[in-house]
Amino acid sequence: MASNKKYWKSEAELNPNDSIVEALRNNEFTEEIPVDEFLGDKDSLSASSTSRRDFLKYVGFSTAAATVAACEGPVHKSIPYVVQPDNIVPGVANYYATTIADGFDFASILVKTREGRPIKIENNKDAKVNGSANARVQASVLTLYDSKRVQGPMANGEPVEWKVLDATVKAKLNALKGSSKQVVLLTQTYASPSTSKLISDFKAAYGENVNHVVYDAISEDAALNAYNKVYGERALADYDFGKADLIVSFGADFLGDWQGGGYDSGYAKGRVPKNGKMSRHIQLESNMSLTGANADKRYPMTPTQQKIALAKLYGKLNGSSVGGGTSDVDEAVDKVAAEIKKAGSKAVVVSGINDENVQTVVLAINKLLASEAFDPEKPKYVRQGDISKVTKLVADMNAGRVGALIMDGVNPAYTLPNAEEFLAGLEKVDLSVDFAYNYDETAQASSYVAAASHYLESWGDAEFKKGQYSLMQPAIRELFDTKQFQAALLTWMGIEKTYYEYIKETWSTDVLQGGSWNKALQDGVYVVPTVEDEEVVSESEEEQPEIVPIASALRALVNSTSPGTELVLYSKVGMGDGRQANNPWLQEFPDPISRVSWDNYVTVSKADAESLGLENTIEADGGLNGSYVNLTVDGKVLENVPVIVQPGQAVGTVGLSFGYGKKAGMQKEMATGVNAYTLYGNFSDVQSVSVEKTSGVHEFACVQSQKTLMGRGDIIKETTLEIFNTKDHAEWNPMAHVSLNHQEIPVTSPDADLWDEFDRSVGHHFNLSIDLNACTGCGACVIACHAENNVPVVGKAEIRRSRDMHWLRIDRYYSSEETFEGDNDKKEEMEGLWGDKGSLGGFREMEDPSANPQVAFQPVMCQHCNHAPCETVCPVAATSHSRQGQNHMAYNRCVGTRYCANNCPYKVRRFNWFLYNNNDEFDFNMNNDLGKMVLNPDVNVRSRGVMEKCSMCIQMTQKTILDAKRDGRVIKDGEFQTACSAACSSGAMVFGDINDHDSEVAKLKEDDRMYHLLEHVGTKPNVFYHVKVRNTNEA
Amino acid sequence: MKKVLYRHLFSKVLGLTLLLFSTSFYAQEEAEAAQAATGGDPVKGKQLFNQNCAACHALDRKMTGPALANVEARLAEDEGLDKEWIYEWVKNSPAVISSGDAYANKIYAEYNQAAMTPFPTLSNQDIDDILAYTAAPPPAPPTAAATTATEGGDSGSGSGISNEMILGALALVFGLLVVMLVLVNKTLRRIAEANGVVLEQEKEKRLPLWKAFAQNQFLVLVSVIFLLLASAYFAYGWMMQVGVDQGYAPVQPIHFSHKIHAGDNKIDCKYCHSSARVSKTSGIPSLNVCMNCHKSIYEYVGNPEGPSAEDLAAGHTNEFYTAEIKKLYKAVGWDEENQSYTGETQPVEWVRIHNLPDFAYFNHSQHVSVAGVECQTCHGPVEEMEVVEQFSPLTMGWCINCHRETNVKVEGNAYYEAIHEELSKKYGVEELTAAMMGGLECGKCHY
Repeated sequence: MASNKKYWKSEAELNPNDSIVEALRNNEFTEEIPVDEFLGDKDSLSASSTSRRDFLKYVGFSTAAATVAACEGPVHKSIPYVVQPDNIVPGVANYYATTIADGFDFASILVKTREGRPIKIENNKDAKVNGSANARVQASVLTLYDSKRVQGPMANGEPVEWKVLDATVKAKLNALKGSSKQVVLLTQTYASPSTSKLISDFKAAYGENVNHVVYDAISEDAALNAYNKVYGERALADYDFGKADLIVSFGADFLGDWQGGGYDSGYAKGRVPKNGKMSRHIQLESNMSLTGANADKRYPMTPTQQKIALAKLYGKLNGSSVGGGTSDVDEAVDKVAAEIKKAGSKAVVVSGINDENVQTVVLAINKLLASEAFDPEKPKYVRQGDISKVTKLVADMNAGRVGALIMDGVNPAYTLPNAEEFLAGLEKVDLSVDFAYNYDETAQASSYVAAASHYLESWGDAEFKKGQYSLMQPAIRELFDTKQFQAALLTWMGIEKTYYEYIKETWSTDVLQGGSWNKALQDGVYVVPTVEDEEVVSESEEEQPEIVPIASALRALVNSTSPGTELVLYSKVGMGDGRQANNPWLQEFPDPISRVSWDNYVTVSKADAESLGLENTIEADGGLNGSYVNLTVDGKVLENVPVIVQPGQAVGTVGLSFGYGKKAGMQKEMATGVNAYTLYGNFSDVQSVSVEKTSGVHEFACVQSQKTLMGRGDIIKETTLEIFNTKDHAEWNPMAHVSLNHQEIPVTSPDADLWDEFDRSVGHHFNLSIDLNACTGCGACVIACHAENNVPVVGKAEIRRSRDMHWLRIDRYYSSEETFEGDNDKKEEMEGLWGDKGSLGGFREMEDPSANPQVAFQPVMCQHCNHAPCETVCPVAATSHSRQGQNHMAYNRCVGTRYCANNCPYKVRRFNWFLYNNNDEFDFNMNNDLGKMVLNPDVNVRSRGVMEKCSMCIQMTQKTILDAKRDGRVIKDGEFQTACSAACSSGAMVFGDINDHDSEVAKLKEDDRMYHLLEHVGTKPNVFYHVKVRNTNEA
Repeated sequence: MKKVLYRHLFSKVLGLTLLLFSTSFYAQEEAEAAQAATGGDPVKGKQLFNQNCAACHALDRKMTGPALANVEARLAEDEGLDKEWIYEWVKNSPAVISSGDAYANKIYAEYNQAAMTPFPTLSNQDIDDILAYTAAPPPAPPTAAATTATEGGDSGSGSGISNEMILGALALVFGLLVVMLVLVNKTLRRIAEANGVVLEQEKEKRLPLWKAFAQNQFLVLVSVIFLLLASAYFAYGWMMQVGVDQGYAPVQPIHFSHKIHAGDNKIDCKYCHSSARVSKTSGIPSLNVCMNCHKSIYEYVGNPEGPSAEDLAAGHTNEFYTAEIKKLYKAVGWDEENQSYTGETQPVEWVRIHNLPDFAYFNHSQHVSVAGVECQTCHGPVEEMEVVEQFSPLTMGWCINCHRETNVKVEGNAYYEAIHEELSKKYGVEELTAAMMGGLECGKCHY
């Protein structure tokens, strides 16, 4: 019954000569299949001739082979020490007190080491000054394991032995002895008594022509000069913001890196309302800084306006009239002056403008006020750079007057605004030796590169503040063939001593004054016992009558004129001056204000952005895009700088951060951003700039796209000091209510609960308290969490896809109205969908932050809910609650459904989309043996396809419990810590056991300011917050 | 073959008896001679020597102190020092040194200025005894070796023969039986054929059993289900042991016998694995810990009568063990000749036996120091293991089980006081298990 019918699919088939028919017969798909698109663009793949069937065979075979192979466990080798050091027990951490003094960050710290490897930085609680590690210091432990380190000395790019280098330098130094050419030591600020002594010894050994030039990449020259003029010493006045009732800051980012930083703990002390009082903070600034974000009142002003305002303020306080200047700041000045007058000696004024006149006036004002927070007697030494000397050095080099240039801790070829001039001069120097950490711009141009040791491999000391000493001791032997600058100087001077012996000698003669060296070394800090107090007082009394001639300074300030658009250069919390730019933790650290990682950018006010046609848009994939601009300063052009529209940016100013745009000695992924140093003419952080839009859009890696709270006042509860003092807490911290049988009942009532309460009254019950008043948003906790919990770095592209892995994030919110309170009111007053008060238009408006918004920070990590929504949806019970209050996550049980992340109201769960270790696609610290040394051996390195989240540092709480059990003792309050609470220097995070009713955290939980995040959801978290109180009391 | 064996054995036993007799005879004779010379008792002297001197001295080699064989004669001949000097030296060597005695100072300087411990409790007679022992020539090594070798061979082959023999004989008997049966059958058939007896023909063809089975569907179903269930059971069992390496006993780079150390010599586990008390890892001892003892224990002398009989029986000879000690010396860089470290070390790469997965946190100090769990609870009778093997399965079920059953040791631990009181009230029991304390929570071990 064969049919002769012929079926045809198209008319073309009827024509036997049609080419399409032929093509179709041979090829199912006429068009080329875009294999590359879905299999990735791999050369090997395109070169292979594997057919589909072969491919399936391979898959089948390899699956079977893998299954069989998996049955056989690998053989592990264990290699014990040959001779075990006495103080190392495998598996037990050792802590050493040491000091970071890398020229930008100065802090007394503790280093946690495991089996001899430094793995974490902790705060040194014994230190009176700079005892807290900021985000960069926390991350510095990873810089130790930088794969791009210079691993041995080099000559003209070739490896060379130290012997050769030493001999060459010695010969050259001897040849230059007594010659007309200078020998210059161009170094970072050390603030080190031993190094100072060593350098003067060096001068004595090699003659008068030895010069020491101290160079800070980001200069505090003006403040140093002003202090020098008034007090006769190049140093920085110290401030204790904890003693101030009123803090007025003219552009001083003192919670950031202003004058060496380290002021946040003092500041936070005064910010927590105690007995109805807290300090008031007024910030007059152009960029939105971390400090400005924490201010009670913030006036956006251009630097010019700030100068005028400061001069006028002095006039107001002094009673003299300071004429001239624009009058647009008068209102602000009047208000500030009135408040200062009221606060009297409890007020303090600071400024971050790098202008000698400004700094002189600031010193004069504080002196005038007799400010209690102002401490000029015991100044700080953490910045000593001298611009005039650096400028002269570059000129001398170009004139051929420098015979030898020895550099340490500096990278002038990158940080100098006139880097080309410097490089040209460097060629005329006979011998240039650079103690370099990375093979950076300067190292590449130097004839010899002396591989420098990390501070964790070095001996050293520092005097942060007069009489406050700190010791640096190595926590690990040099990983590579490196040497520290001081040790090399000793060698070159022909001294057989080690630098350790040198320090010890210096200390016993100059510092200790009878104190114990061993104790100082163990503590890491040493405070010279205060003697001759009377003399100091009498001296200062003598000094006081000496009136600083500030009339000219005032005149200069008040007559300053705006040079058009002003560019204000600043340093970011995460990057600082850029010396740790090759550190992936810091690159991935989101800026507290902009929440952008892996970039720097120019910040523009909304008004200016509109007039220039600049915009930020959120793309469909959730990523943030921004326009590009060219910045032109003094003829120098910085091209294609991405733009962030920054709420709170003073109109007429733009901001740009230092530390980015470094290219040499960097891993490709880490060479991000643009170099702002090229616009740092005359070392002035304020420049006249012209901004010009260019084509193209920049793709940012921003971790937070929503800017405002949209009137959801229960996420960050806020109140004012007045209301806080006068009204009941039910008014300003209302408990959320839910409806049960048409009755409003508090959400904490057992009736409102779906679940039976689990008994946590026995044993420990951990809670974490976060005080929104004390939290400055500095982000030290974010990096501490990174280090403690082996959190992977995912890279810019992944961050842009919102796949960041930070277990702890610090949300930043702007108000849409002037204040958050205004937002709440606006939301309350909404009626209907349309019209003036309609919610459709209203909410749209509320998405945009105000031009000068209030800012709030909120650290959010897993809230460790007692009634956790994540637990109920996990199909494999990988996440479960514990009786200690921690929400557990068993990674090996997780199958990666991600239901938990969807059901988490706090969005704190992080999914491992990829394998982030041993994966060339994520070539960060977990992909090389060196970087892996920083991993915490007590915490899992998670694999692909599992969910992870904050564990409330269960490895730390378990360790504390075990130690107590072993010693057979009860655990004291304060012993329990998490990485974040231990890193928090402002005291915002307090961790402990609420079943210990005398503990601090138990008391904080009973405090009126306590609330839970999204309380109405009924999750009963074990993390709680304290209502933010703003001091809006104007005088 | 049996005969050969027996003859061999016989000759060995004969030789052994002869040897034993002769050595003891010679030894006795020499000892008597020595006693006569020095007036000491070498047998007592040996005992004293082992108690007091052996930590630093050997007869025939330099250790911490010089070799002592024939020390009395040597001193008298070379240095002209009499017995009185020796008495003085032994009782209080520092005094002799400080008195400015030339030879005393020479020795002191030669041995790294390590003064010999004074032994004021030793009487002159004791010293005489020791000297007598040192004067007795050391037993000729080949003799000793032969003794142990024959001894070892004897006992070893003795047990081996009996087993093999019985089995072999049985197999032979069975084999013979089978052959005989076949032969008998064959013969009978042949006889029957020859006699014209017609053997019963096969019955009419019945349905073969397998076909009958195949036709009975119910039976097929039942057996299929049975087969599936059985295979599932075995597959499950097999898969559950994937990654469970119970009984894993890898060959180690140095044949370290826990039996000799922890068993025969009763060294406490935590003497070597000291970090088990304070750390999460029990720690493989570093080589300097080995050298605490092995500086003076440079060879293995098994006592065939004593506890080492078994080791020797297993074929581990004295030479074998001594060679292992030499491996240690090589690794740690110990120069036996000069009794000093060369500095050339070669860390030992032990094969790890207990491989807990990385995602499981286990802390030794929690179990050893806090809970007071014996090492053997998890590691088994290590003191009986010549080669250590993984005793426990180390599975999660095994951990959990123990946490469910084991009571927490709370006595005398201030940490537990309050918790114990409240928890016992809550559960109404006096004894609390680890599970009641939260020892089953995921996060306690997985983070």
